[in-house]
Amino acid sequence: MSTTNLNADNHAEEHHGAPSGIMRWLLTTNHKDIGSLYLLFSLLMFFIGGGMAMVIRAELFQPGLQIVEPDFFNQMTTVHGLIMVFGAVMPAFVGLANWMVPMMIGAPDMALPRMNNWSFWILPFAFLILLMSLFMEGGGPNFGWTFYAPLSTTYSNDSTALFVFSVHIMGISSIMGAINVIVTIFNLRAPGMTFMKMPLFVWTWLITAFLLIAVMPVLAGAVTMVLTDKYFLTSFFSAAGGGDPVMFQHIFWFFGHPEVYIMILPAFGIISQIVPTFSRKKLFGYSSMVYATASIALLSFVVWAHHMFTTGMPLAGELFFMYCTMLISVPTGVKVFNWVATMWRGSLTFEVPMMFSIAFIVLFTIGGFSGLMLAITPADFQYHDTYFVVAHFHYVLVTGAIFSIMAGAYYWLPKWTGYMFDEKLAKAHFWLSLVSVNVLFFPMHFVGLAGMPRRIPDYATQFADFNAVISIGGFAFGLSQLLFVAVVYKCIKGGEKATDQVWEGAEGLEWEVPSPAPYHTFETPPDIK
Amino acid sequence: MTDKQTAQQDTKKLVKKLVLTVFFMFGFGFALVPLYDVFCDITGLNGKTSNVAAVQSDSVDKTRTISVEFIARTQGNLPWIFKPEVKKMNVHPGEMHQLNFLVKNNSVDNMVVQAVPSVSPGIAAAYFNKIECFCFNQQPLEQGQAADLGLQFYIDKDIPPEYTTVTLSYTLFDISKNIEQDEFTKLFADNKN
Ligand code: HEM
Ligand SMILES: [Cu+2]
Repeated sequence: MSTTNLNADNHAEEHHGAPSGIMRWLLTTNHKDIGSLYLLFSLLMFFIGGGMAMVIRAELFQPGLQIVEPDFFNQMTTVHGLIMVFGAVMPAFVGLANWMVPMMIGAPDMALPRMNNWSFWILPFAFLILLMSLFMEGGGPNFGWTFYAPLSTTYSNDSTALFVFSVHIMGISSIMGAINVIVTIFNLRAPGMTFMKMPLFVWTWLITAFLLIAVMPVLAGAVTMVLTDKYFLTSFFSAAGGGDPVMFQHIFWFFGHPEVYIMILPAFGIISQIVPTFSRKKLFGYSSMVYATASIALLSFVVWAHHMFTTGMPLAGELFFMYCTMLISVPTGVKVFNWVATMWRGSLTFEVPMMFSIAFIVLFTIGGFSGLMLAITPADFQYHDTYFVVAHFHYVLVTGAIFSIMAGAYYWLPKWTGYMFDEKLAKAHFWLSLVSVNVLFFPMHFVGLAGMPRRIPDYATQFADFNAVISIGGFAFGLSQLLFVAVVYKCIKGGEKATDQVWEGAEGLEWEVPSPAPYHTFETPPDIK
Repeated sequence: MTDKQTAQQDTKKLVKKLVLTVFFMFGFGFALVPLYDVFCDITGLNGKTSNVAAVQSDSVDKTRTISVEFIARTQGNLPWIFKPEVKKMNVHPGEMHQLNFLVKNNSVDNMVVQAVPSVSPGIAAAYFNKIECFCFNQQPLEQGQAADLGLQFYIDKDIPPEYTTVTLSYTLFDISKNIEQDEFTKLFADNKN
């Protein structure tokens, strides 16, 4: 690609300086190209995973079994979870990091561009393997995204090896992405860009990358143990052979809890970029934001067993994990406080990115509150494995992580394409999403408290009305997302020209380069004031 | 140019460190397995009794009586009968006791099973001393064959006063498919002698 680099500089006007065709995308090492690939891939996965959610909600629209077999239903919940976590949310954040981190710190590209290409291009294969396994005889994985042993060992079907390999590939991809982010931030900051001057999106991603490096290998270990237990007669998780099935949960959640923060810390970063822009004020409490992020990351390693309160832990363990979990809400509260304080007496305007951000702050906080309820050990015995948990993690993940990704996409879209997006359509997308997402997830709290278990294709008739409402919310939310595709498509095709700064209150290096951002930016480092 | 070279060296160094961390954490995932067991051993948290025979007790504390309950169950739909001779015993700490568990292989296959013990409350597991237990070994039984499996135990005198009832539960797992073929036949050959 080095030849194309040369003439790119002379053609700054051009949308991209590289040749077109499939080879450009296959071989590209440009951070903006790879960022776009990640984002488009994540959008595709969002719709595939979303399609599965539609199957789930269609089945649950009425009590009784009507559309799918229970086993297929379980495959849908499992693969929906895996795709949304590893295929939609994580790649979207990696895509945003690819696009924005180099521009925000004044670097010409990511530090390891070739590895960057690899870490993206192995991803489609991981998901191809996972999706193909659904068509195997005996079906795909059906043991839940948490693949608890012995469901995934003794009782799983023949496609388990495929599941294991696809998770391995996803893990390798994330680890390579994380290494790239860390090296870029450590070594490629423009002179004068000290750590405490870095935009918060960069900070949160740096910390996320360390989390990824710490826990993705543990996930790889866990799936490997499942593989050997199932196929090679080891007994890591089989009591009969001297192992312990509960140990699976310890290992999985040692990965799993930090993983949920991997999916929310970059969201915190995005919101911390957007709120100051549309409040026309500096972010309130910058350094406390950095420290809060770091303490959330550290604490996330000592709370894993809050997913295991009902496994028969001793009282001392239950209390330890209960208090540590509650402790995490302190730095999380600091963040929410800082965002609100940033808006306080700001001259607010409500452009679409800001609307998504405000919705994020309110709805993520609801998810945090239900998390706190779940953290109360005795209460969790009632809530565990009910729809209350489903409500909790969808508030933090859909109205949290996904809303932040939407906010970020609307915020930077004009920088990427050079055009303003269709504001009317985007507002329609926002309002429809906001209403339907709450119709979808809020009633889940109530059916959960009333005792409806999660991961079942049928339920007691007492839950029928609520489930019908939930499903309608689900279909509406799913359809609303098509508007997002329309907005993005139109914005790529054309529209009102975007200025370099795009948003009146926007500050930061990414707003100093032209819109659309040229193929190569900051080949000579910028001056940092 | 030299600037660029040092930058590249920095990058290499950092990448090396990060890759090492990745391998370290991969190993750590596996190390969690023994670590978790060690942790539970030290703290006695998970209700696992020891897998090795205990030494005989030398004295008896007649002032206390503890009620010991026995539960026996089979895992999955194993077509075996498995039950303790008595459901409950009242014992003094330090006093030796013996009882049998009755098993019968009602299936049409020769099978090897493994009994896995668990004590509740978990903390009491550390005070449950087994001098002899069928759970120390794998148990081969031919089709239709029945056997009495022995357990010899005592409750440690140091058991804290709040424990007045201790439950020992055994779960019988079919491990016929988890062991190699020649080991399988050997177990049955040894059994005959
Ligand atoms: C104030 C912060 C939070 C607290 C106190 C909290 C607490 C909890 C607890 C106790 C559970 C286990 C419930 C059960 O299974 O019985 C849980 C589940 C879950 N949480 Fe949170 N949480 C918090 C924030 C988050 C965030 C930020 C995310 C992700 C972005 C998240 C994602 C999840 C997920 C995915 C599950 C369900 C996992 C599963 O079983 O499939 N939580 N949370
Ligand atoms: Cu957690």
